Amino acid sequence: MKRSRRSFLQLAGVSALGLGLKPAAGLFAASGGHGRAPGEKVLKSEKALKAKQWAMVIDTRKFESAEDLEPLIEVCHKIHNVPSMKDKRHEIKWIWEEEFEHAFPTQELRFLPERIAQLPFLTLCNHCEHPPCVRACPTKATFKREDGIVLMDFHRCIGCRFCMAACPYGSRSFNFRDPRPFIEEINPDYPTRMKGVVEKCNFCAERLAVGRMPACVEASNGAITFGDLEDPESEVRALLRENYTIRRKQALGTGPAIYYIV
Amino acid sequence: MLEKALKGSKRYYGWITVLLAVIGIGFGFYLWQLRFGLGITGMSRDVTWGFYIAQFTFLVGVAASAVMLVLPYYLHHYKAFGRITILGEFLAVASVSMCILFIFVDLGQPMRVLNVLLYPTPNSILFWDMIVLNGYLLLNIVIGWKVLEAERNAVPPPGWIKPLIYLSIPWAVSIHTVTAFLYCGLPGRGFWLTAILAPRFLASAFASGPSLLILLCLIVRKLTKFDPGKEQIQSLAKIVAYAISINVFFFLCEVFVVFYSNIPEHMDHFKYLFVGLHGHGVLVPWMWASLVLMAVSILLLVVPSTRQNESILAIACVTVFAGTWIDKGLGMISGGFVPSPLHHVNEYVPTLPELLIALGVWATGFFILTVLFKIAVTVKEEVAGVAS
Amino acid sequence: MNNTKTLYDGGKVITGLVIFVILVTLPFWYNHGKAAPEPQPQLTAKAKAEKACVRPKSIMKATHMQILNGWRNNVVRNARRIWETADGKRFNMSLSKTCLDCHSNKEKFCDTCHNYAAVAPYCWDCHIDKVKEAKE
Repeated sequence: MKRSRRSFLQLAGVSALGLGLKPAAGLFAASGGHGRAPGEKVLKSEKALKAKQWAMVIDTRKFESAEDLEPLIEVCHKIHNVPSMKDKRHEIKWIWEEEFEHAFPTQELRFLPERIAQLPFLTLCNHCEHPPCVRACPTKATFKREDGIVLMDFHRCIGCRFCMAACPYGSRSFNFRDPRPFIEEINPDYPTRMKGVVEKCNFCAERLAVGRMPACVEASNGAITFGDLEDPESEVRALLRENYTIRRKQALGTGPAIYYIV
Repeated sequence: MLEKALKGSKRYYGWITVLLAVIGIGFGFYLWQLRFGLGITGMSRDVTWGFYIAQFTFLVGVAASAVMLVLPYYLHHYKAFGRITILGEFLAVASVSMCILFIFVDLGQPMRVLNVLLYPTPNSILFWDMIVLNGYLLLNIVIGWKVLEAERNAVPPPGWIKPLIYLSIPWAVSIHTVTAFLYCGLPGRGFWLTAILAPRFLASAFASGPSLLILLCLIVRKLTKFDPGKEQIQSLAKIVAYAISINVFFFLCEVFVVFYSNIPEHMDHFKYLFVGLHGHGVLVPWMWASLVLMAVSILLLVVPSTRQNESILAIACVTVFAGTWIDKGLGMISGGFVPSPLHHVNEYVPTLPELLIALGVWATGFFILTVLFKIAVTVKEEVAGVAS
Repeated sequence: MNNTKTLYDGGKVITGLVIFVILVTLPFWYNHGKAAPEPQPQLTAKAKAEKACVRPKSIMKATHMQILNGWRNNVVRNARRIWETADGKRFNMSLSKTCLDCHSNKEKFCDTCHNYAAVAPYCWDCHIDKVKEAKE
């Protein structure tokens, strides 16, 4: 055998690479597959609600205390299988309450009217017009949908948590451990999450798809209005015309789609 | 040349065994993290990056510092550095390997990591970081290996290696710039939202990396027959002196802007780190220690008589390394997360499993470093033996 | 440097490689001739009554994972949730609510083949596999 060890190893290495390349290439090809046979279609329901940019107006005057907010939070967390973690570090929340000074830390805080100082504010994902989290995500696991909803693809999230660093509203939660044991009652109509992925409010995309309003809107007795920001005839636009509203950290240019009447 | 790493003294094998043991322990705890999730770390909903990402940030700096040898040697034909560029390049290989491992152990779903390639997303800085880090790793492996091989065979390196060497110079700058961009482009994080972050990262990189290299040179001289050279070490020491001074200068620039402008979102993080905020200040002693260490090191390095004394120089290098490590490896990341964007103060302290996993990654890096340095030094010894 | 074209210790190297190959392929030798019985996924009464799946059975058998991948991308990323088959039948693209509605016997349907093929899809880490029991 007249061959040096070096050339022998090089040959072996190249062969191994060649053998490995084939399945790897197959893997890449398989992942793209939307594959539909002729005649097959994927459709939206006729009942689905449509918009150019979904937005929410929260009339905080209609809430008096934390008790008024609890049912909204509960219904959201219940239908979306949001676990209640015992350890506060691992907390997961889609919609929650914050005091004014935390919801609006850059706003005037010293001389607040008593009502506002004591009123808890609802906070959730702002479904920004220019979402920094979408900019940061390295896999497009979080993306902005045509109707303005900033959505999570839990199948694709690698759990790098860049989106959480990017979000200026603390709207995102990470599954530091398997959430299932911490869901009191599993809603069979919605999946749970697995450990290692980020999650947040989805503006009830699964309800809009079948023609229903978001759960918190439904539970709010008219305190929350939901509609298309780009449609001048929409209810949210009417409210914005008639009332002075504030948004969280507007100066950052993210364009939050949650408006607060205070 | 790999076989050079297999023949060594008892001490060499003892050291390798120690490293493998630490790697084993770290790996064991990583398996636990893989099963349980990142909940075994000290990270939380508010502080979502911790010790791992901080180590990554620091080590990108150490990696970038190889350019401080390559640039004077290849662009300015400063011949003395020709003797030790290989050490800088191999240090870069070990550091970038650690960087990649630290990002990997930080992922919540590591088995999906290839999604970054399957769905390339150029608007994400992490995508670019992946490219520059892997590119830099590859460049340094190829360049280091080929140049060393040529030296062993007493022939000039192949011609195609030159363009790669020139490319590696801006590439080194890019890895730390892109890493800084991970943080400084985020709208809601006042601590990082500053254009000086990338320059500051580079300055501390060119201090921490070469200071580690000086220490490694001193160790190599002590343990082997290869002497990296007095002139080389002194030149490196001057680089460290400038870099650490510039680093502190940049830091003070930042302090001025933050406190003179008096903008709360920017001040709060500095207050948290240096005096504590709302009664929380676990990092306060560390941050002051970092400042003191850096100040002392400037004194020792700028004064010629102390810099030229190699024992004192060694101490100065340790203080530079420790000072910059605290600055970037502890304060830089959790400092940006506390207070949270909603102005809650939830502190971060790494847990023991987290520290052991991190130690395992460091040990992996030092394993790579030891093996590569062993090869390089053995080749250098051989070449010197043939020459004499 | 000597650059002779010899494979030093050729004998040892080749012997080592042979041992390595034998060790790596040991599971194949070990299981040789002991074929596990072919899995027999069972259909529920409801599935039998339906007769057709969202695609012909043979295609489903081989490519259900690609179909599911397409479904999840369409539902999550394109907001399209309805699947229309070539003959105009419509389905809600949902693993838990559509697939498992017919194939409510996951253990005897999905798992038999998955266990046989030694694949462990983690769909069920999130998607609920016992919709009916969870509802009760």
